[in-house]
Amino acid sequence: MRQETSCGCGVGPGGPLKGTAFDQEFVEGSVAADGIRIPAVSTRLTRRDILGGRKVRWDMGRMGYSVRPGLYAVGKPGSGSPVLVTANYKLSFDALRKELAGIDAWILVLDTKGINVWCAAGKGTFGTEELLHRIAAVGLDGVVSHGTLILPQLGASGVSAPEVKKGSGFRVVYGPVRAADVPAFLAAGMKKDDAMRKVRFDLADRMAVAPVELRHALPYLLAFLAASGLAAVPFSAGYAWRFFSVFFPLFGSLLVGTMVFPALLPYLPFQAFCLKGAVLGILWGIGSSLAMGLGALQTAAVTLAVMPVVAYIAMNFTGASTYTCQTGAELEVRRGLIPMAASLVLGIGLFVASRAMGA
Amino acid sequence: MNAHYLRNGLTLELSREACTGCGACVEVCPHAVFAVEGGKARILDRAACMECGACARNCPVHALRVKAGVGCAAAVIGSMLRGGAPSCGRDSACCG
Repeated sequence: MRQETSCGCGVGPGGPLKGTAFDQEFVEGSVAADGIRIPAVSTRLTRRDILGGRKVRWDMGRMGYSVRPGLYAVGKPGSGSPVLVTANYKLSFDALRKELAGIDAWILVLDTKGINVWCAAGKGTFGTEELLHRIAAVGLDGVVSHGTLILPQLGASGVSAPEVKKGSGFRVVYGPVRAADVPAFLAAGMKKDDAMRKVRFDLADRMAVAPVELRHALPYLLAFLAASGLAAVPFSAGYAWRFFSVFFPLFGSLLVGTMVFPALLPYLPFQAFCLKGAVLGILWGIGSSLAMGLGALQTAAVTLAVMPVVAYIAMNFTGASTYTCQTGAELEVRRGLIPMAASLVLGIGLFVASRAMGA
Repeated sequence: MNAHYLRNGLTLELSREACTGCGACVEVCPHAVFAVEGGKARILDRAACMECGACARNCPVHALRVKAGVGCAAAVIGSMLRGGAPSCGRDSACCG
């Protein structure tokens, strides 16, 4: 899978890193170059690395999941070994080093404030300025003699290869999008094929970012509990069932928006994410209401309320996707927000009316 | 998946006169928007362009222009609420 999804971002400010580069767990020894000791890193991920990676996918400790910026060695590199540049988000760094077993190379880690390559390139922290600064800070021209840097292709939106050449003399070669293709890229003499160049957004990529979306949607849960509690009054016989028959469609809409939507993204009609989400929201609203045995009026009310919830969560998935542009996102927001709000208000109003009529 | 999105590639401009056909745009584009044919770059699939700006930033002769931005509704809503251009970072809901 793509090792960095556009919203697999770590959140700054990165937090203070204790000790020196050598104090980091993945460092196992050192290599001498140009009279200095360069920390050498393992290419095997430990159970802790893997667990750490899983945790940040659930948005636990994403902030400050970082590596000390600077130069690292893999294997026994010399002055002719390739230099691979990456971000200091530990998930990015781990994704790269685990692919480098049996390869002698240098890894130049930029200070991207703990954020992955693509997001950092968009912000400019994985950028020309930081790259030039880091080349000078580690004295890279004393370490290698070939004057070439290999950057992840997704760093290209933040880095200008012509300006790096002008500012440092180093030639930038954009490597593959995915770290997993780095060994093949190196073996082919720094040549990439079309597949290495293309960003994908396969099922596994989409589901990898879904847990973070779910975490972000959790605040809705409190509102839904309150809404269901109110919808079920009076506190008479059947309260619990009335509560559940409203809470189930509402709670389910969070799962539909954060988990089912990413899974079905390519198969839903329309280009706008909010419309794709609205389709799913309508299906879920009707299906879940009927499953709860609600009448026609309440089914309509619940569907009108649930549809914008799914549509809104879906719309925000544009930020996690790998192919949406800003102009389109602006269009969705401008055209979508008011109809979504109106649908929600209408749904609530209709539900109150249905209860007042004794349903 | 190779998907097209609303208004994708609308702001992408290529000057065939300035282009030297070096292929830097082909190298950096994550969505295979370009091809070099007959010594010049050509836009093959404009609708696949997400306007990330990598091509314009790396074109040595400035033959490409694009209004680069973030294709993120949360960032757009954030900029509506707080002003400024949509960007990652000020919206803690997503990226730092």
